[in-house]
Amino acid sequence: MNPSFVLRACPRRAAHTLGVILALTLAFVACAPLARAAKVAASSSHPEIPDTLQQRAKACTSCHGEHGEGELDSRDGPRLAGKPAGYLLLQMRYFQSGQRKNVAMEYVLRQLDLDYMSRLADYFANQQVAYRQPSPAKRPAALLARGERLALRGDTTIGVPACNSCHGSKLTGVEPLIPGLIGLSSSYLESELNAWRNQKRAAKEPFCMGVVANRMRSEDVMAVSAWLSSQAAAADMRPESAREQTIPLPGWCVMSGVGGKP
Amino acid sequence: MKRSLRILLTLGLLVCVAGLGLYVSHDARTPPSPAQRDADAAALHDPARIARGQYLATLGDCAACHTAQGGVRYAGGRSLGTPFGDVPAPNLTPDSDTGLGRWTFEDFWQALHNGRGRQGQLLYPVFSYTSFTKVTRADALAIFAYLKSLPPTKREPSPLGLKFPYNVRSSLLAWRTLYFKPGVFERDTNQSAAWNRGAYLVQGLGHCNECHAPRNALGAMDKHGQLTGGQIPQMHWYAPDLSTRAGGGLEGWNTQDIVDLLKRGQSAKGAAFGPMAEVVHNSTQYMNDADLSAVATYLQALPPRNAHGSPAAHVVASNHASGESIYARQCTQCHGSDGEGVADIYPPLNGNTSVNEPTGINAIRSVLLGGFPPVTTGNPQPYSMPPFARQLTDDEIAAVVSYTRQSWSNRAAAVNPDQVSNLRHAPTD
Repeated sequence: MNPSFVLRACPRRAAHTLGVILALTLAFVACAPLARAAKVAASSSHPEIPDTLQQRAKACTSCHGEHGEGELDSRDGPRLAGKPAGYLLLQMRYFQSGQRKNVAMEYVLRQLDLDYMSRLADYFANQQVAYRQPSPAKRPAALLARGERLALRGDTTIGVPACNSCHGSKLTGVEPLIPGLIGLSSSYLESELNAWRNQKRAAKEPFCMGVVANRMRSEDVMAVSAWLSSQAAAADMRPESAREQTIPLPGWCVMSGVGGKP
Repeated sequence: MKRSLRILLTLGLLVCVAGLGLYVSHDARTPPSPAQRDADAAALHDPARIARGQYLATLGDCAACHTAQGGVRYAGGRSLGTPFGDVPAPNLTPDSDTGLGRWTFEDFWQALHNGRGRQGQLLYPVFSYTSFTKVTRADALAIFAYLKSLPPTKREPSPLGLKFPYNVRSSLLAWRTLYFKPGVFERDTNQSAAWNRGAYLVQGLGHCNECHAPRNALGAMDKHGQLTGGQIPQMHWYAPDLSTRAGGGLEGWNTQDIVDLLKRGQSAKGAAFGPMAEVVHNSTQYMNDADLSAVATYLQALPPRNAHGSPAAHVVASNHASGESIYARQCTQCHGSDGEGVADIYPPLNGNTSVNEPTGINAIRSVLLGGFPPVTTGNPQPYSMPPFARQLTDDEIAAVVSYTRQSWSNRAAAVNPDQVSNLRHAPTD
């Protein structure tokens, strides 16, 4: 019995005040055993489990951080916070279908449905948590310069467009599907570029990242990963809003013209 | 040495003779009468039968094997690992070249009931006809009608990954002589209708024994070991004993516990994970209430078991104290200091069959892999467990797993770091 319900159910006339008091007393007496039961539960060894996505997602947050802030300098716990929700959801679906390979991720996601994965994607996409600077990869200056060139200007001689031509002018990603590249460790970036080269990561269509990664040489992968991981976070790290992508595709797009298919 | 060689040779000869006998007596199949064939063909278009077939195909979890990761449902392609090599699951959609398009019901019945392919060839028992042989003809017809109603998907079969001599199909003659007898489910008139329905589902269509029974070196299920639990070949998981009585793997599970696990993926006694999570996700969550309760009735009637090892043999691991401190740091928050869990959220570890199963594989892998129980209608946003593979060393995982296996009422054998190390890179599929 709920005291507030009893109060609402009673007429407001003064003559019934006594009745209200009586009802309240009865309600209190009736609820006493329940209150005792709650006390017993609270005194058991663990605190109450919060009914939140953060609590439910322990399988995610133990590597990716409580708020998806990522594990600094780690290859296996990249930042999720603030990445486009569409991108996060798509990656989860790729892990399920095996288009993106990672034993731990494939196992954890296997039994989830689209609805729950969307909620998890939204949760991590909406987390606003400060960026931390990954430790700089110890690479020679010439390699970093090569990385900077690839990231900001690309290399037409090998058909590699600049990272910022797709991943946002500040490399913070573009809604809804393109991830930001800042705040990720050099080892993660390297391993993902190599995954694109080794067919451990695939997209249905377009397969542009696969094409680009396969045009890069091993030292290009190292160079661009090292340079990206050494970049400080911008003041506004939100992904850019969706662009109007129209056909014909822009000249830099590897999917237009020659070599569009892997 | 000499003696064992002689026994082996004699056995081999016996097997060959028996196999030959079977070949002669069983190869010819009697084709159904034209009238029967027409009736079967007409029956395939009945919408009610198709709907029934969808339910039955779901209960049989056909899609689990006959769907590749990320592939079209029932279009085959998943590679099924066996100790003898890999066998790709065929396409069950009605594509005329690569699927069941040209199959008649009689072809399907021969496969399901007799383990024979369309050309009469012997099928590898990774296809669980050892259980499906108990499926009734009416149910088989409904399943076939449903499969025939699917949109056809073209998918070329993958090559067979079996090594010699297992790739010679006639080698199966001997195996079948020893381990397979086509049969039907026989009702036990001393038991209730619910018990019989449960037995039919568990032993036949649900093919629970394919995982939950021990297997011998030739991959055959132990006839006397029905539902007593066993290590799943090539999967690095242990499917526990399913008896709910004294000494059983599910000791103390009531009807609600069984129904909850199958329907919601989680009960007051434990959560489904690993291959069972997949079974719940794809199959048992869709079981109707009558069938769920029938399965519970049948499982609860399984006999008590002799507990594994005598209590006297139980030796507390020397790293119990270090396991306890890891437990306090990493596990208490969710599973409680007494392994009691949190109702509907985190499974208890005290008395948990997966903690106590004989090998320790399940507990080790659960700690390594973490993960979510299956998403079901009854539990749409389950809580999860962190994977500890990167946080804890082999020694630490062995210590904490041994601690949980030897605390509270748990009295299982300790595990060692080598086991953890071996399971670290075990495939998850």
